[in-house]
Amino acid sequence: MPTTWPCPGPADELAVVLDRARRVRLLIVPALFEEMNRTRRMLVETQRRLDALGVDSMLPDLPGCNESPQAFAAQSLGSWRDAMAAAARHFAATHVLAVRGGALVFPTALPGWVLEPQRGTSILRQLLRARILAAKEAGRVENTADLLEQGRHQGLGLAGYQLSAALVAGLDAALPQDEGQRVIRQSELGAGALWLRSEPGEDPAQSAALARIIAAEASA
Amino acid sequence: MIQTTETDTLLRAVLSDVLGLGPARAAALTADSGLFGALPELDSMAVAGLLTEIEDRFDVVIDDDEVDGDMLGTYGDLLAFIARKLGQA
Repeated sequence: MPTTWPCPGPADELAVVLDRARRVRLLIVPALFEEMNRTRRMLVETQRRLDALGVDSMLPDLPGCNESPQAFAAQSLGSWRDAMAAAARHFAATHVLAVRGGALVFPTALPGWVLEPQRGTSILRQLLRARILAAKEAGRVENTADLLEQGRHQGLGLAGYQLSAALVAGLDAALPQDEGQRVIRQSELGAGALWLRSEPGEDPAQSAALARIIAAEASA
Repeated sequence: MIQTTETDTLLRAVLSDVLGLGPARAAALTADSGLFGALPELDSMAVAGLLTEIEDRFDVVIDDDEVDGDMLGTYGDLLAFIARKLGQA
């Protein structure tokens, strides 16, 4: 259920929270950019399944994303890391699940899981490619090296997102931060990955599989 | 068809995952099935995701210069492009 939490910055942020003050409290750090939208229904359904399995969970917005009142253009990997650390403290999380690019910004001190973590360069390459393709359709020629150079100094508009220079530079260098968290692979959830879908979809069976893995391993 | 069956099967799986086709629609794709320009969900962001996934699953590198309407026009075009990348054609 939507709840506000005190995030660093000018305003509180929202989170989807299923909290009955139980022993295992899972912070879910979402994927980045379009993959966040494509996996949202899957993650909220995973929260419902976790609730039924006796696990509390919180899915906070990253500042500048989803329902956040903050500007996307003001964000960096650093601001997202600070925000997720603050959310972990506020909700007294005992475990963490980082999804895809969320593995670049999650609180690493918590035990838990990373779902198919993604390197920052892979995310950036895909965003740059989308921009170059769109430019080509419009009859303009752009190239990766020049865009990256521009982005590192002035920031860059990519696929509808205005990335700060700090976010471009951060993504270009960032590796998944997992330190002992267990990597969950898509093959464990079955079927095709929902973050690949060009149109957001849902698959209750995948959400159920993810919830079962987390509930079983958290109490092991 | 000069492409190996394995390449064809893998490419159908990628398209199925990216476009959410399901097994029946993925299996029904023919060489003439239209892709870019024919499928509204295949916008530039979706194409970028599709190409990245093709690179990962086929272990090839696709240069941005190589990407155009000819290579993505139909299923047959895309399959032939990948086969060339893999040295099968």
